Amino acid sequence: MEHIISVTVENKFGVLSRVAGLFSGRGFNIESLSVAPTLDSSMSQMTIVTSGDERIIEQIVKQLNKLIDVIKVVDLNETEFVSRETAIIKVHTKDADRAEALRIVDIFRANVIDSTPSTYTIEVSGDPKKIEAIINLLQPLGIKDLVRTGRVAVAREPARPAAVQTKKVARD
Amino acid sequence: MKLTGAEIFIECLKREGVKTVFALPGGVVLKIFDILYQQKDVEVILTRHEQGAGHMAEGYAKATGKAGVCLVTSGPGMTNVITALADAYMDSVPMVCFSGQVPTSMIGNDAFQEADNIGLSRPCTKYNFLVKDVNDLAATIKEAFYIATTGRPGPVLVDIPKDVSMAKAEFTYPNSVSIRGYNPTYEGNKWQIKQAAEAIMKAKKPILYVGGGVIFSSASQELLELAEMTQIPVDMTLMGLGAFPGEHPLSLGMLGMHGTYQANMAMHYSDLVIAIGARFDDRVTGKPSEFCPYAKVIHVDIDPTSIRKNINVDIPIVGDCKNVLREFNQILRATVNGEQKELRKPWWDQIQEWQQAHPLTYHQEKDGPIKPQQVVKRLYELTRDRDPIVSTDVGQHQMWAAQYFKLAKPNRWLTSGGLGTMGFGFPAAMGAQAAFRDRLVLCIAGDGSIQMNMQEMATAVVSKLPVKIIILNNGFHGMVRQWQDLFYEGRYASSDLGTTPDFVKLADAYGAVGLRVKKVGDLDAVLKEAMATDKPVIVDVPTYPYENCYPMIPAGGCNHEMLLEDPPELKKKQAGAGKVTPEDKDTVLTA
Repeated sequence: MEHIISVTVENKFGVLSRVAGLFSGRGFNIESLSVAPTLDSSMSQMTIVTSGDERIIEQIVKQLNKLIDVIKVVDLNETEFVSRETAIIKVHTKDADRAEALRIVDIFRANVIDSTPSTYTIEVSGDPKKIEAIINLLQPLGIKDLVRTGRVAVAREPARPAAVQTKKVARD
Repeated sequence: MKLTGAEIFIECLKREGVKTVFALPGGVVLKIFDILYQQKDVEVILTRHEQGAGHMAEGYAKATGKAGVCLVTSGPGMTNVITALADAYMDSVPMVCFSGQVPTSMIGNDAFQEADNIGLSRPCTKYNFLVKDVNDLAATIKEAFYIATTGRPGPVLVDIPKDVSMAKAEFTYPNSVSIRGYNPTYEGNKWQIKQAAEAIMKAKKPILYVGGGVIFSSASQELLELAEMTQIPVDMTLMGLGAFPGEHPLSLGMLGMHGTYQANMAMHYSDLVIAIGARFDDRVTGKPSEFCPYAKVIHVDIDPTSIRKNINVDIPIVGDCKNVLREFNQILRATVNGEQKELRKPWWDQIQEWQQAHPLTYHQEKDGPIKPQQVVKRLYELTRDRDPIVSTDVGQHQMWAAQYFKLAKPNRWLTSGGLGTMGFGFPAAMGAQAAFRDRLVLCIAGDGSIQMNMQEMATAVVSKLPVKIIILNNGFHGMVRQWQDLFYEGRYASSDLGTTPDFVKLADAYGAVGLRVKKVGDLDAVLKEAMATDKPVIVDVPTYPYENCYPMIPAGGCNHEMLLEDPPELKKKQAGAGKVTPEDKDTVLTA
């Protein structure tokens, strides 16, 4: 089963190779891995998408915790979480296709971030299903280039007491 | 006052209480060696190969319980020490290895004798550091020793570029270390401990399964108290030998692939496995799906990753063995009474039945070829009063040593368990001898494995480390030959060593003492002579080449299905080849 694991690590050289080496050395899967500094620049946040049965995921979490540069490990599947991925897609667009491309962009609430007479570069964010869907629709036009960030995810805050929740909804 | 990096290095070693460094110089570490040369607090033992330096540091660490230290140069120096680091990592040996590195400005340029030391050592160290600034050196060394010796111990590498050892900085040694991502758990969860204690009280057929963790946390006394109080039999892993007295009536000996019959049977049929500082290695579990089918499992280990890695655990307790055992004892002392003993009587009757049915057995003819087990047994009997430290290499001789050399105390047993490194034994023995100059240190080796680090004999002679090597010389890579006899229809592919060197002359050539046992009747006299010599000694014992090590659980087999002797077709083959068979025996010895 797919799991998203959020890992807070020391922001120093070699940490990525320790984490990657742990996965390759022990034969764990990495579907995607993204890493960037946190608000506190001495730490980085990794989001690792992996898969395995319960025992393997338990080992992954424990082995990550065992790494000295790892500060915190959270298996997001144990809670509610939201996740996003961004893709940048360069599409061939000629004549009539240009309008079709813009329609697709509109439907998916994507953005055109660069344009030439024969291409559009489209940025889209969402869950993996949405990204797959837009790729499927754009494919007939001809995709020239595709890059994806891999997923990032964050745990949802626990449900609040009813009164507060209503207030929040009202404000929203 | 400002000190150079090299001076800071030595000041740090002194503050860590390091007395001995196993080292081999090279271009980028010359500054450090130059400073070492000018002081007397830290002894430098110059080895002939960096692998030797690494294993010596391991032997030192296993015998003393403190971190062993080695120092090697960049490039090949580093690659040579990798085997020792990997060995220490598998067996949780506290060790700090310092490696030289090319100057920081040249890193990554494929400079002479450059290697990516951090990348090379990453998968076989607990942690590693590249020191890029001399101002960080002291704090880094402090952290290195802290990481190596705390939690589950392990090897740590500190890579020091040449310019860092030359540059100057103000020296201050930190008093304490705090690493936010590293907080080993020492106290076990109280509720889990209570659950475990209750399970121990209720169990009819419990077994203690103890490993190296007991030795590293100095918990032997607590273990002895628990076992005696509850009358629970004790199985030891290869790494755990010495954690519990081998001759104690509650000891069933070693378990696993070549463990004793009673140890494996008791494990298989138990209803409660109490694992303390052991990690359910495949050499112990056999086929994991059929491992201990009737048992609940309590697992005490300081490393959470060891728990539920190989087998399912009912009551996991993450914590230091000593602390957890103490808490067990505290709870049990209040509750234990005669009832448990009564409750477990059928269990002990059963165990005694197993013990009597298949004790460790071999057959030594009075005038026949020398049996390797006989050598180990006599060595044990002749030296036990001197409380020796015993090292081994890897293979048949290692298993016979584990079976017949019954250690009474911890930190006496130096062997390569997890990685199974041939060539480990001799340098490890030298490391222990360097720590305890007056003790008797034995190295039981095979003629195959001793040749893997033979060059260290020069170190032993020059540095006056009077290790006694006993070579069980069968002309084969014996364990390989045994597997070929059992599973490859006797085709001895690359296991027959052909001509081995004359070890007596070889010892002589190095300036050590070489002795040979020509017949079994001379065994005691030669061993005694060796023990009375104050130089390094090789005792070459030509042994019966086709002796196999039993009991044996074939790889992937189930623990209660042991081979106990050569299968009939193998006996026939050896008889046909003019070799002795047990039927020719005129004496039968059991141990």
